[in-house]
Amino acid sequence: MNERTLVLDVEDMTVTYRTEKGPLDTVRNVNLKIYAGEIYGLVGESGSGKTTLAHAVVRYLPANGFLRSGKICLSGTDLMSLSKMEMREIWGSRISMVHQDPSSSINPAIQIGEQIAEVARIHLGFSRKEARVRAVEMLNKVHMPDPEAVAKRYAHQLSGGMLQRVLIATALTTNPELLIMDEPTTALDVTTEAVILDLIKDLMEEYNTAVLYITHNLGVVARISNQVGVLYAGEIMEEGSITQVFKNNLHPYTRGLLGCVPRVDTNKRDISLKAIPGYIPRPDNLPRGCIFAPRCDLVEEACTVERPPLVEAEEGHLTACRRFEELKKIGNVVADTRAGGSKDDKLGDLVLEARNIKKYFTAAAGLSALWQRGRSVIKAVDDISIRMRRSFTMGIVGESGCGKTTLARCLIGLEEATSGEIELEGELLPYSVAKRPPEILKKMQMVFQNPDASLNPQHPAGSSVARPLILLRNLSRKEVGDKVKELFQAVNLPEEFIERLPHELSGGEKQRVAIARAFAADPALMICDEPISSLDVSVQASLMNLLVDLQESRGASYLFISHDLAAVRHLSDWIAVVYLGRLWEIGSAEDVFVPPYHPYTEALLSAIPIPDPDVKQETIRLRGSVPSAMDIPSGCRFHTRCPRKIGAICEQQEPPWQQRGNYHQIRCHIPIEELLEIQGEGLLKKSAGGGVIS
Amino acid sequence: MEDGKNMIRQAGVSPFSKLQPVFRRLLRYPMTLIGFAIVFFFIFIAVFGPTMAPYQYTEQNLPNKLQPPSEEYVFGTDQFGRDIFSRVIVGSRDVLMVAGSGTAMAVFFGMLLGLISGYRGGWFDEVIMRLMDVILSIPPLLLAMVILFSLGPSRLNVIIVVGFLYIPMVARVVRSVVLDLKTRQFVEAARLRGEGSFYILFREILPNIMPHLAVEASMRFSYSIFLVASLGFLGLGVQPPSPDWGLMVGEARTWFYQARWVLFFPAGAIALLVVGVGFMSDGLRRMLLPGGVSNE
Repeated sequence: MNERTLVLDVEDMTVTYRTEKGPLDTVRNVNLKIYAGEIYGLVGESGSGKTTLAHAVVRYLPANGFLRSGKICLSGTDLMSLSKMEMREIWGSRISMVHQDPSSSINPAIQIGEQIAEVARIHLGFSRKEARVRAVEMLNKVHMPDPEAVAKRYAHQLSGGMLQRVLIATALTTNPELLIMDEPTTALDVTTEAVILDLIKDLMEEYNTAVLYITHNLGVVARISNQVGVLYAGEIMEEGSITQVFKNNLHPYTRGLLGCVPRVDTNKRDISLKAIPGYIPRPDNLPRGCIFAPRCDLVEEACTVERPPLVEAEEGHLTACRRFEELKKIGNVVADTRAGGSKDDKLGDLVLEARNIKKYFTAAAGLSALWQRGRSVIKAVDDISIRMRRSFTMGIVGESGCGKTTLARCLIGLEEATSGEIELEGELLPYSVAKRPPEILKKMQMVFQNPDASLNPQHPAGSSVARPLILLRNLSRKEVGDKVKELFQAVNLPEEFIERLPHELSGGEKQRVAIARAFAADPALMICDEPISSLDVSVQASLMNLLVDLQESRGASYLFISHDLAAVRHLSDWIAVVYLGRLWEIGSAEDVFVPPYHPYTEALLSAIPIPDPDVKQETIRLRGSVPSAMDIPSGCRFHTRCPRKIGAICEQQEPPWQQRGNYHQIRCHIPIEELLEIQGEGLLKKSAGGGVIS
Repeated sequence: MEDGKNMIRQAGVSPFSKLQPVFRRLLRYPMTLIGFAIVFFFIFIAVFGPTMAPYQYTEQNLPNKLQPPSEEYVFGTDQFGRDIFSRVIVGSRDVLMVAGSGTAMAVFFGMLLGLISGYRGGWFDEVIMRLMDVILSIPPLLLAMVILFSLGPSRLNVIIVVGFLYIPMVARVVRSVVLDLKTRQFVEAARLRGEGSFYILFREILPNIMPHLAVEASMRFSYSIFLVASLGFLGLGVQPPSPDWGLMVGEARTWFYQARWVLFFPAGAIALLVVGVGFMSDGLRRMLLPGGVSNE
C-alpha cells in the first residue's frame, strides 16, 4: 500500500437540517479520506447519522438538509462548487450507490438487463446493442448464474441476494471512482450475506474503486474493510485500520460496541455481555463535553467540560477520547466473566415434548381452497420433534423461510399444526390456542420479533402487562397493580413507564415491556421469535442479559429463534438446525459449534460475520437460495446446495440420523468419522493470542 | 429499514405532544382550514338558520314571484314568491340531517360488518364480501331509485337508502385495515392470554381503526350529500314544500331561463358544501393517516 490514490477527501463537514425546532447539526466536523481500491467501513448505531453522512458526501440531501461547512473533493473535483446539473453528471458515472433494500431500488416493470444497459447508454454513451452486451457482461462479473437469461427477467423473479448482485452490477457499470454502500447486506440471510461480501471485496480490488461501506454490523466491517470509522451521534469517535480499531481500540465507545456482540466461543454461563447504558443523544440535546461521556464508564470530570477533538493517537489511528493513553494501558477488556456458572450435565425435567410436528399450508385461500385442496402444498414444517427441559434454552437456527417461526407458532398454537403431538408437562395440547384452557395458556408465552407491532399503540404499557395477570392469574385489582410494578422493575424499566403509550418508548423499551407481558403469566416456557433482531447492538446486549437473568430467577425455558448464530450460541444450551422444514442437527451448543457438524451447519457457521479480524473462517459458501417449500428436493433436502454432496445417494435417499456422544445427532449420509476428518479443527480457527476471553 | 424508522422516530416529534403536530400539519394546508370553515359554517346555519331566516320558508308572496336578488330578497324569490335565501338556510338542516344520519348508519353497520368479516375470515368473510360486491356493482342512483320507488319517498327512507348504499364501501375499508391489524403481534399476544373475540375486536383492533374510520366517514358524507341532493332533484326524496336543495334545483329547472337565481343559489349551496366536505376529508386524511394509506 505505498502508492495510495486519494479518491474522496472530506474536510470538516457539518450537515445541518432545517427543522421545526430550528437548525440541527446531525453530522459534525467529519473528516474522511477514502483511497482507490479500499473499503472504508463506517459503523454506527441507528440515529448516529451514517446515512445522512453518506448522502451529504455525494450532495444528495433532502430539501431541508444542507452542508453548513466543509469541503468535499472527488479526485480533485470540488463537489461543493458544482451546480445541481453538474452533480447529476457525476451521480451514476463517477459515484454510485447501493442501498439496503434491493427490491425497492429496482424498477419492477423493467427487465434487469435493460436497467443495467440504461446506465451504460446514459453515462457511457453506448448504443443500445453495446449497452445490452455490457449488461450481460456485468451480470457475469457479479457471478450471476446464466446472465443471458437473468438479463431478460424482472425483479420479482429474482431472490434478494440476486437482486443485490444486480444492484452491484449496475453500480459498477460505469466503473465509478466512488461507490457508496448503505447496509447492502442487512436484509439478507447470513449465508447470502457472506457470498455478497466476498463478491464486493473481490470486485473492489479488481475495479480499484473506493468504497464507503455503511453498516451497523461490526462483524461485516471486520470482514470487508481496510479502514474503519466509528460514528456516534454525528461525530467520528475513532478511526483507523481494522487491526487498530478492533484489536487496539482507543475509545470506550468502540470497546463498548465490541463488548455488546456475543462471541461464538463463549456462552451465557461464561460471560455476560457488556451493554452500554443509556441512549444515543439526540442532535438537539447534546452533552456539553464529550458526547459519549454520559454513557462512558471511564468518565471523569474533565470529560464533561470540553468536547475532546479527534487526535492522532498512533500513526493513522484517530480517537476522540482524551484518556486514550490510559486506555492503551488498560488493554482490551471487553466482557465480564461470570462466576461459578459451570453447567451440570444433569438434564432437568421435561417441560415440552413435540413429536412429529407437521404444518402444511395450501397456497389457495377462501372459497377457492375448496377445489384446490391437495394442490400446491407448502410444507413449512415437515416432521420435527423436539424436547425442552426446565430452565433450559433451545436455540433454533436456519435461513429465513426454513420453517423455524412456523414451528414455534405451531407449538404455541397461533398456527394449527397439521399433525403431530404437543405435550406440555405431560399433558397433550390441542393444536389451536383458542382451544387451550387458561391453565395451559399461562404456561406458554411468547416474545415477538417486531417491537413496534407487539404492543397495542392505543394501550398504555402497563395495561398490556396487566391483562395477562387479570386473565390468567386471577389477581385482585390491587395485586395486579403491585405485580405490574414488580414486573417493570424486573425488566429494568422505571415505574413511570407504566402510564406511557408505546410510541413514547424506544424499540428496546418496547421489547422490555413485551418481555414483562410474557412473564406476567409466569410461564414455564417462553418462545422468543427473533426478539432482538431489529434492535441496535448495545440494546441487543442488554436484552440478552435480561433474558439470561430472568431465566435464572424465574426458571423458565426458552425456545430462542434467531438467524444471528452468535446470539443463539450465547443464549442457548441446545441448538437445533432447521432447513426446509426439517431438523438436520441437534445437540448441545458446544457440540453443534465444533466439528463434526452437518454440512449445512458448517456453511451457516462459516458465514457468521465475526468482529475480530484475526479469526480466520473457512470459506464455505452455499450456492443459490433456499428452494421453495412447495417443491422440496428429493432425498436429502439439502443436496441441491450442499458443498459436501457425495453422490447419487444424496439425491435418492433420505439421510439417516447419526448419533455422537449422548445427545449430539446429525442427519447426513456422510459418516460422522468422515465428517470429523474433513472438517478438521473447525471453522473458527484463531491465530495465536487472538482475543479469546476465557 | 428498521434503521430508517428509528432515525425518523428519533428526529421526529416529542412524545408528549401527540396532537400538536396534528394541528401543525393542519395549518400547513390552507385548503383543510377552508374545508373545516365551510363545514362548520353550514352546521352553524343548520342550527341557527330558522331563527336567522328573514321569512318563513313556506311563506308565499305571489305578487313578488321570481324577483331577482335585491335588498329585500337577498337571493331573490321563486315561482311562488318564497324567499330563496330563507329556503336555502332552512334547507341546510335537511341536507345535513339526512346525509349525516345516512352516513352515520353506513359507518356504523359498515364498521361492524368489516370488523367481523375481516376478523373471522373464511367462508363468512367470503359470503359477506361477495354480497357487498353485488351492492357495489349496481349504480348507486339506480339502486336508490328502485328502493325508494318501492318504499315510497320520505325523509326516513332516504336515510335508510343512503346508509344501505354506503355500507359496502365502509365495510371494505374497515375489513382491509382489520386484515392488516389482526396479524399484528399485539393481537396475537391477546390470543395467547386467552382474550375473547369481543375484547380483541373492540378493545385491541377498533381503537386502531378509528383514524381510518374518521377519514372514510368524511368521504362518505360528501358522497351522501350529493346522493341526497340527486334524489331530491328527482323528486324521490323529501317532498315539497320542503326546502330541500336538490328539490329546489329540480323545481327551478322550469324557470331557469327567466330566473337563473332560482337555480343558482340552491345549486351553489350544494356545490359549496360538497367542496367543503371534500377539503375537510382530504385534510383529515393528511392529519390522521400521515403515512399516506389510501382508502379505496
